[in-house]
Amino acid sequence: MASTYTNPEYPYRRSPDQDAAAPVHHPVIIVGGGPAGLAAAMDLALQGIKTVVLDDNNTVSVGSRAICIAKRTLEICDRYGCARPMIDKGVIWKHGRVYFGEEQIYEFDLLPEQHHKIPAFINLQQYYFEEYMVDRCRQMPLIDLRWLHKVTEVTSSADRATIVVETREGPYRLSCDYLLVADGANSPIRESLGLESKGQVFEDRFLIADIVMEADFPAERRFWFDAPFHPDQSTLLHKQADNVWRIDFQLGWDADPDEEKKIENIRPRVEAMLGKERKWELEWASVYTFRCRKMDSFIHQRVVFMGDAAHQVSPFGARGANGALQGVENLCWKLAAILDGRAPPALLATYDTERQHGARENILHSTRATDFMTPKNAATRLFRDTVLDLARDYPFARSLVNSGRLSTPCTYDDTPLNTADQADFDPRMRPGAACQDAPITGAGGQQEWLLQRLGNRFVLLLYGTLPASAGQQLEAALARLKREGNRTDVLWILPQGQQGSKDNEVVDSEGVLAQRYDLRPGSAYLIRPDQHVCARWRTLDADAVVAAAHRALGQDLAEEQAA
Amino acid sequence: MSKLNTDTNFTDADAFYAALADVHRDRSDAESAAINARLILLLANQVGDQHILEQALAIAGQIHIEE
Repeated sequence: MASTYTNPEYPYRRSPDQDAAAPVHHPVIIVGGGPAGLAAAMDLALQGIKTVVLDDNNTVSVGSRAICIAKRTLEICDRYGCARPMIDKGVIWKHGRVYFGEEQIYEFDLLPEQHHKIPAFINLQQYYFEEYMVDRCRQMPLIDLRWLHKVTEVTSSADRATIVVETREGPYRLSCDYLLVADGANSPIRESLGLESKGQVFEDRFLIADIVMEADFPAERRFWFDAPFHPDQSTLLHKQADNVWRIDFQLGWDADPDEEKKIENIRPRVEAMLGKERKWELEWASVYTFRCRKMDSFIHQRVVFMGDAAHQVSPFGARGANGALQGVENLCWKLAAILDGRAPPALLATYDTERQHGARENILHSTRATDFMTPKNAATRLFRDTVLDLARDYPFARSLVNSGRLSTPCTYDDTPLNTADQADFDPRMRPGAACQDAPITGAGGQQEWLLQRLGNRFVLLLYGTLPASAGQQLEAALARLKREGNRTDVLWILPQGQQGSKDNEVVDSEGVLAQRYDLRPGSAYLIRPDQHVCARWRTLDADAVVAAAHRALGQDLAEEQAA
Repeated sequence: MSKLNTDTNFTDADAFYAALADVHRDRSDAESAAINARLILLLANQVGDQHILEQALAIAGQIHIEE
């Protein structure tokens, strides 16, 4: 086996909590040091909340596992301060090719749109993704990361959770206001609480062979239906960092996982694909089956489930870790507001409603891709092959070819946190949508990006200038929100050609921002701490801003509950 | 003269394909064939224009199946 990566070993450390006479209480304890758990720790730290992260292991992902990191995930990581090493190390790709039999039937570009800081997708082995997150967590004093601390027991009540943690030096107890559980698809904690993740098992097996080779293939996603070298099944080829290439062979349900993982059985498959002359070495192999399932509710009293523990999808379309991070950013600002007493506890329930929507969307797309790739009967096989055949010559058929619809951020259309549009706007950046990036110029003339100015608190984005009286009313409204603990910053967007004079005055340097957000002079957007739009207006009304902020903080929900 | 549209015209291509797969789920081959025939006739009536239907029939007839 080749090895381009050595897993770091994070040391076990004894915590003072282990010497305490009574169980120590923490506001938030996170179980699981994978992508969801680490992201939650960073997100909460940015909002001033201390966390303890407990992981039963002492390293990052063993094996490359999830490799496709979507733009929105990187934007979230950029807010956390760890996207740069990921992008630097990752393989940027945006081009894909689809083959049927011998022939290429079409190719696609993921993001022909210019003016985004973050690329459409990168490929990066999960161990690097996690390692860079751990590096960032260690720079954040509010995060107490405990390796080789294994949670063995969880008790939940209406106002707290208590846990037993096992270590090499014996067990200890902790309690917390909220226990965030990201202990993976088979979540032992979910099981121990008698909770279920329900859904569909797919009767198919896939072989991942990560190989190391020097190759002159471009960094494209290549997908074969019924490849000549692997007949009747699909094959995926994708480049990762360090000249590692992911090959994913569909094997069918009858394949023997233990046999297929052996190098003597992998070698002929790879040779059939790449030719006998090509030199390569196997880095990692895995045979997997998958499920699409989710919990009916991600919240059980004070225990909140995240990531694969809450919802699981097939790997096609890169919606596992990517979906997990969208869930984390949805949860953490709400939890921080509740813990600070800035929002009612009822706000937490919208993590469930908004992310149930996200999980359903991810499961739907991933199930459809799976159904297309693996027809279940003769009729759907005929339709699939006919679609692929027609796709060569007829563009309409290409829209039906589905080898995974790549993860795009979820829009929370029906959330009670939105204030509905009263004016006519382009629907793209409607309430519930994740903010799109755009280039801006700061007051000092420096080039920046919009998303760097959003997040972690509410931001009111204003285009153009306000009449003096409206300006005073706005000042009063923002002062009121601040008194209530909900800092809301104004970001003034000036049209192209103007020059900002204060730090919060930026110029729409390419005119892209006004276009993406359908801005006219006087337009305003209120943006949540997770960079999702919650309200927008053509003419600013200071009272409406306060009402929309209150609504986004769940205050209407609390009144409904009280009524 | 009207021309058959072979560019994408679906409002939701994936949803259509999923619904198409669903209607064939747990059906025998004979049932599937009958479903397809009914579907073609329904859609042909919706298209209506004989000239367009003939263009579609011409493309559909260009099959190459190895016997």
